[in-house]
Amino acid sequence: MALEDQPDPGPSAVAARQVMDLVGPFLGLIVVVGLFGAVAPEGFLSVFNAKTIATQTVIVGLAAIGATFIIRSGGIDLSVGSTVALASVVTALAMKAGLGELPSALLGVLAGAAVGAINGGLVTILRLPPFIVTLGTLGAARGAAKWLADEQKVDAPSGWLKQFMSKNPDISGLPEVVRENLPSWLILAPGVWLMGLSALCAAFLLRRTIFGAWTTAIGSNEPTARLCGVPVERTKFAIYVLASAMAGLAGVLQFGRLTVGDPTTAMGKELDVIAAVVIGGASLSGGTGTILGAMIGAFLMATLANGCNLSGVPNFVQEILVGAIIVGAVTLDGLRSRREGS
Amino acid sequence: METGAVLQRRRPPRLQIKGVCKRFGGVHALRGVDLEADMGEVHALLGENGAGKSTLMKIVAGAHAPDEGELWIDGAPFAPSSPREARDRGVAMIYQELNLCPHLSVLENVTLGRERARFGVKRLGAARSRLNQVLGDLDVKSFSGDSMVSELGPGDRQLVEIARALCFDAKIIVFDEPTSSLSAPDVERLFRVTRRLVESGVTVLWISHFLDEVKAIGNRFTVLRDGETVGRGDVPETSTEEMVTTMAGRSVEEAYPRSPRSLGDVVLSVRGLAGSRSPREASFELRSGEILGVFGLVGAGRTEMLRSLYGLDPISAGDLQLRGLPIRRPRPRHWVSLGVGLLSEDRANEGVALDLSIADNVTLSSVRRLASRLGTVARRAREQATEPWRERLSLRAGSTRQPVRDLSGGNQQKVAIARLLECGADTLLLDEPTRGIDVGARVEVYRLLDRLAAEGKAILMVSSHLPELLGTCDRIAVMHRGVLGAARPCEDWTEDAALAAATGGTH
Repeated sequence: MALEDQPDPGPSAVAARQVMDLVGPFLGLIVVVGLFGAVAPEGFLSVFNAKTIATQTVIVGLAAIGATFIIRSGGIDLSVGSTVALASVVTALAMKAGLGELPSALLGVLAGAAVGAINGGLVTILRLPPFIVTLGTLGAARGAAKWLADEQKVDAPSGWLKQFMSKNPDISGLPEVVRENLPSWLILAPGVWLMGLSALCAAFLLRRTIFGAWTTAIGSNEPTARLCGVPVERTKFAIYVLASAMAGLAGVLQFGRLTVGDPTTAMGKELDVIAAVVIGGASLSGGTGTILGAMIGAFLMATLANGCNLSGVPNFVQEILVGAIIVGAVTLDGLRSRREGS
Repeated sequence: METGAVLQRRRPPRLQIKGVCKRFGGVHALRGVDLEADMGEVHALLGENGAGKSTLMKIVAGAHAPDEGELWIDGAPFAPSSPREARDRGVAMIYQELNLCPHLSVLENVTLGRERARFGVKRLGAARSRLNQVLGDLDVKSFSGDSMVSELGPGDRQLVEIARALCFDAKIIVFDEPTSSLSAPDVERLFRVTRRLVESGVTVLWISHFLDEVKAIGNRFTVLRDGETVGRGDVPETSTEEMVTTMAGRSVEEAYPRSPRSLGDVVLSVRGLAGSRSPREASFELRSGEILGVFGLVGAGRTEMLRSLYGLDPISAGDLQLRGLPIRRPRPRHWVSLGVGLLSEDRANEGVALDLSIADNVTLSSVRRLASRLGTVARRAREQATEPWRERLSLRAGSTRQPVRDLSGGNQQKVAIARLLECGADTLLLDEPTRGIDVGARVEVYRLLDRLAAEGKAILMVSSHLPELLGTCDRIAVMHRGVLGAARPCEDWTEDAALAAATGGTH
């Protein structure tokens, strides 16, 4: 009794789709680089500029690592930009109070994690939609940052924190053998290395640990995950805390870059972060999205901004472009899942 | 030998259910269910839609607690407070909508929620070898533990669920309409797997309303009707006819009222309708005063045909005519104004607005007519317009202000039909109008459709429940793989012939 009248998708179609999912983000990046390579002045296609772009990727990249977990679990975080600002202000205040670099940075990350705890708590305990919750904290965290900073930039000594985002970092601390043999293109801002390391850890977390499997399961089919005994609420809470802690880390580095705690910084950065994750192949309906993809997406966003700047494209055009890219990437995802679903 | 037999008789049944009752609000879903299934048996649970099979199985699975009655597993009382607890006692449910995470691998799905780990890092070695052993026992070769579930077809996904149940050492596996989304070879494989399960001592509860399937796989059966156990027996010693009679408890003629209908002119003529994917070819003529049935299996393209016909999905080809008037670009608004109404199969989302009142629902499509010149609509006007339908459709509701959510499925469906009639529809396209409605209310829907046809309305009724089509329709056409066959008078069809046509003759 054949009660299903549809053929299964052939194995070749499945394989082709997997390849496209992997190659897609790279293709997007190549297109953007190629486009600006043709349009922008010579300086665009240089090692120095590549390093600049890498540095400019860090803030969005770190936040995108966290956002990958959230989006993979079927949630969304709109409070990223405000969390970055709050963390940068908290770090600046701690530095100003003379706490030293490491404790100040830790406090910045903790401030981020606190926003995440609020997000996660409201999402899991009150069962509110993450869109609304994080829309609320988008406003509240920004307000808290302004309140703490007394509505102005917080001047503070930045110590070695400013080295993190420096394109020409002080490498005198490294052993002499390393220093002499280090090729110049590897002398990247420490923040880039930090981002790379975080990405590796996050990829491991996502692929090899129970936490990663549960994150995917919740995004893929939440009722089933609950039925199978996955502690859905606890896992979600942890996801939001982790993601906001990453945004907090981004805020610490933002302080290092600006050398002031700026409560108005990273305004609207959540759009770049979500765009990076979605360009990387994540679906807003959950279950998919990789760290590698998010990193490529973040690099693409930074390349876009950098290319626009070098070509003299005004800022407002960039903003329109970012908006269009998000809508475009989500449309692509919709088409993709419609094809799969049918 | 004798002592052995005595011992066997003394062993308590694997699953015993006694006097189970369950009420939802004022509705008695179950009123006295008894069931006994032994180890290593396929026990078929039979009953029409709404007989209480699903409720009973939810109780066994720990999703509902019974109001009265008791359950035992292997002689020990069994009163699970959650699905998790039921699973820990060895009960596995395999629902119609499969419970898998498509983005995870087979192995990850099987271990989900019970992963072994060291410092949070998954240790899947032991689970992998257990899964491989289970898949080997089931003789599954079409996928492995590393396959992604999203890439598996419905048959394979079901096997993943069975494998998961076995990895948990399930003693009782409940299949809820297991073949309803499977292809013929997959059904054969499921039978083979089920026989292996039973040989290894697992008890299988098999819920289905396909009796030939039950004949092929079942050992014993229990029949539910209106929430009560009304029969039980050995499958090999009982004929299909006897099972049907027990299930229905009445002859088919009674359930399907039929008044004299006079066939009128062709109202709706459809030629060569094709959508973007489905349907591929659909042609039919619908006359006033008749009920035309469209039968087909899940995925055959019946719903898609109605949707593209109604302009909800794009059409790629086709000639549509309403009373000789060609319709070039069908749009729902246009159809409504021409007196053609569509009833979706998805009642909760597309049939009625659950939170609105009966009056709001019934007048939803006709609200423009009731509006004043300024565009305001008085609640009184809506209620007055609704009042006649309450009696005409024997709607059981205290007041037309009652939200539709509070009504039973059958009464919700009447509200949805009333909305079509209230806005002046005389051609009704009905997609699974009796889905999820209990037996008594279904007969009322049949009676209503019969009366509407007798009044001269033209009705097209899509259904996957063959008996109701044979009982209510004048003509039936069968859809298979997106192609609608020619409509033939009801008398020319038998159940076997219709099923054969729906399955491409493989039946």
